[in-house]
Amino acid sequence: MIYIIQNYWQAFLYSDGYNMTGLAMTLWLLVISCAIGFCLALPLAIARNARNPAIWGPVWLYTFLFRGTPLYVQLLIIYTGVYGLSFVHNQPMLADFFKKGIDCTILAFCLNTGAYTTEIFAGAIKDTSFGEVDAGRSLGMSKWTLYRRIIIPAALRRALPVYSNEVILMLHATTLAFTATVPDILKVANDAYSATYNPFASFSIAALIYLGISFCLIFTFRKAESHFLAFLKP
Amino acid sequence: MFDLAGYGPQIFAGTVTTVELSLLSLLVSFAIGLLGATAKLSKSRVLRGIATVYTTIIRGVPDLVLMLLIFYSLQIWINDLTDWLNNLQNSIDFEVSLNPFTSGVITLGFIYGAYFTETFRGAFMAVPRGQLEAARSFGMRPSKVFRRILFPQMMRFALPGLGNNWQVILKATALVSLIGLTDVIKAAQNAGEGTFRVFYFVSIAGLVYLFLTTISNSVLILLDRKYAVGVRKAVL
Repeated sequence: MIYIIQNYWQAFLYSDGYNMTGLAMTLWLLVISCAIGFCLALPLAIARNARNPAIWGPVWLYTFLFRGTPLYVQLLIIYTGVYGLSFVHNQPMLADFFKKGIDCTILAFCLNTGAYTTEIFAGAIKDTSFGEVDAGRSLGMSKWTLYRRIIIPAALRRALPVYSNEVILMLHATTLAFTATVPDILKVANDAYSATYNPFASFSIAALIYLGISFCLIFTFRKAESHFLAFLKP
Repeated sequence: MFDLAGYGPQIFAGTVTTVELSLLSLLVSFAIGLLGATAKLSKSRVLRGIATVYTTIIRGVPDLVLMLLIFYSLQIWINDLTDWLNNLQNSIDFEVSLNPFTSGVITLGFIYGAYFTETFRGAFMAVPRGQLEAARSFGMRPSKVFRRILFPQMMRFALPGLGNNWQVILKATALVSLIGLTDVIKAAQNAGEGTFRVFYFVSIAGLVYLFLTTISNSVLILLDRKYAVGVRKAVL
């Protein structure tokens, strides 16, 4: 265990000398996929609640497809599958994108977390009490202002506890990145394991780091909940 | 309907493996969850402590990390144990080797047992105390109270959480192909690499999962109806 820590602590935390690895890579994956997933989910959640089936239908299909299949399958399709298609292969820009493990990983993660987040936000938007909407309308708010001032802020607050769960699940999901050769914490642990044949020590270190990140996230979200949901306190 | 290029039987066998793996893991984690919830709600401080440490650590660490940790370490521990036993009594020489399926069931059951513990804990607490007291005052033994009163009512509260956990387990079985099990993903990958149509075959694996999750959704709706018999719903 000590040997592994001495030899791999740098790789576990931030770099193996050439690339960003370990903790830094995992956090980067988490932040970028949650950020893009969030931006994707917000408009889709509004569209999911639309009355026109031509608008909510495609969004429903998207969330159904991405929530009904494992992330590993999505990653495999994007990382190993898409590059084999001839039109991707022949177009230099697309080929360049799908050749890199990290691009494919981030794309798969964004689409996956976007689908879950869409459903979370859509549920929260649907729960808006009609009194609030009526009150906004009676003040002469346009639809845009109504969403910006009333519906979205309240819905995001209500969604916070469930969303925090989704972020932690996303942290757990980032471990799949190592199957696409992205050097995250688990990849470093796997390298340490193949070099030392000591699975318990190598993977325990990774588990401890993930546990630490989970606790930090839980703590942060608890703080955020007590701030944003202060009005719900007894 | 689909052109499977002769890989149909393998993909079907992989699908069966996936379903078996998830059902067995569900069984194991269901049992662990019931035990864990009982431990968490017991009066003994030691039991509560053990259960809390178990759920906190397991739910804080990604399932893939735990899976690799347990899969690679379990075999080493078992080897150490059998070696020790062999040294103890020289006459018998035996070995136990784990195949990916068994260790998949053990690890998935152990991991999702923690999630089930939390689900059952909440559901146990949702059953009104008076019900249990009434049962006890009728002279029912604890096992009978559990079977007749606590379990049927608890299931109604637990079902949404259980359904969620089941869907997560079903999708988590995808990870077991990483430790060498020939499940539907591995079969699809083999087929894709054999025919140079990876996209097509992995998409079929995705469709299989989609089919399984959709079916289990409908079963869950039926179960929900069964356990909610006798509950009046407000008509809006």
